[in-house]
Amino acid sequence: MTETKSFVEIRHAQKSYGTLEVLKDISLNVERGQIVAIIGPSGSGKSTLLRAINDLDPLTGGEVWLDGVQVNKNLPHNQYEKHINQMRQDIGMVFQHFNLFPHLSVRDNVTMAPKLLKKISDKEADKLAEEQLDHVGMLERIDYYPAQLSGGQKQRVAIARALAMKPKLMLFDEATSALDPELVEEVNLVMKKLAQEHMTMIIVTHEMDFAASVCDRVLFMDKGVVVEEGPPEQVFKNPTQERTRNFLRKHLEGAK
Amino acid sequence: MDIELILKVYPYFLKAAVITVELSVLTIVLGLICGALGAASRLSRFAILRFIGAAYVSFFRGTPALIQLFLLYFGGPQIGIQLDAFQAGVIGLGVNIGAYMTETMRGAIVAVDRGQTEAARTLGLSKAQAFRKVTLPQALRLMIRPLGVNINAQIKGTALVSAISVVELTYTAQRYIGSTYKPFEMFFLAGVLYLIIITAVGKGVSFLDRKVRIQ
Repeated sequence: MTETKSFVEIRHAQKSYGTLEVLKDISLNVERGQIVAIIGPSGSGKSTLLRAINDLDPLTGGEVWLDGVQVNKNLPHNQYEKHINQMRQDIGMVFQHFNLFPHLSVRDNVTMAPKLLKKISDKEADKLAEEQLDHVGMLERIDYYPAQLSGGQKQRVAIARALAMKPKLMLFDEATSALDPELVEEVNLVMKKLAQEHMTMIIVTHEMDFAASVCDRVLFMDKGVVVEEGPPEQVFKNPTQERTRNFLRKHLEGAK
Repeated sequence: MDIELILKVYPYFLKAAVITVELSVLTIVLGLICGALGAASRLSRFAILRFIGAAYVSFFRGTPALIQLFLLYFGGPQIGIQLDAFQAGVIGLGVNIGAYMTETMRGAIVAVDRGQTEAARTLGLSKAQAFRKVTLPQALRLMIRPLGVNINAQIKGTALVSAISVVELTYTAQRYIGSTYKPFEMFFLAGVLYLIIITAVGKGVSFLDRKVRIQ
């Protein structure tokens, strides 16, 4: 086993679909408590990279390490399934379209996985649900069903659901892209709160202002490569690459 | 219309209706079992099971149920399968409707958004756990109505076994026509009884569907 230094390490990530190469030799280190934003045009591979971290979209080459353990270990099928299920308990993920379980109440959405995988009692589960939902300001909706919630509320519940597994790392895949503009802020506030609590987060986003305000580092991706990487003030204010400048200009025009 | 005749024969028709209900229940139970196995095969990660599932569906949906019934009942003894008419009716029709139910169940399972499985897997659930806790409960709700359509068709489909002389409603009607020469009354009476059974089942399906619908 190679020794790892960073909390999250992506080494030479490569992914292709047939002849189409969507990730070309990407490496990325994230330290514990750091928040990294990945920006870039659609089709740049940013979501694919994020989804490779918990192996939802397996890489065709390269390694992903979390806290000294390789996530995409090369193991026989059955052993790998066990390993990855264990690893995923430590990696929370939040989706663009929330993916709440519509047949379960808000409470059960939050407690289903911990009950099943961590064998906690009903009483502990209730306490956990209350804690986590309170944390995202959704406690008063604990007995509602997802269909009775607004988009912003759904996403806050989805965050609580991920946090209930006590993950070491949180992945956000365009968590606010599907929301009406007036609902974005409530989700951003929850994410900022997590940032203050030093949760390690990797965030794929279209929101430059948000990325600039909470992230330690910004990655600009295009066509499967990292074009530019650095602290937000550098990437947003003084980008060194032409492609970054073009993207940011277009994005700014789009926002107006 | 000869009301007096109807009043005289209807107790026999009621008895026959009981046979129709029995046939329906047994074939539907067998069909649900075949459907669940068929859907599991069709969605299996093993190619051989997928092939078997697809072959099952295409054979039983691609040939007339009457031919399947004749094949089993009249052709069976030739290859060592000895069944009485009722048994042949249950097995023949049950396996037949199972092919339709296979597609209904498979359709409902694949209709559940892929994001649901992804969310469950992301939390650390195994494939089987994600299916059991997330996909299946949603698929079951989606399949109630279309299965109701299969069941409706199956109840009416039991009339086919009159062709292998099972004494159910249709056969009974035909028999009484032979002695009364009143086809209108006899088929009318049989039709009313089918309508009652199917309406009752339809109400049951709607009730179930309303009960489990996701808010």
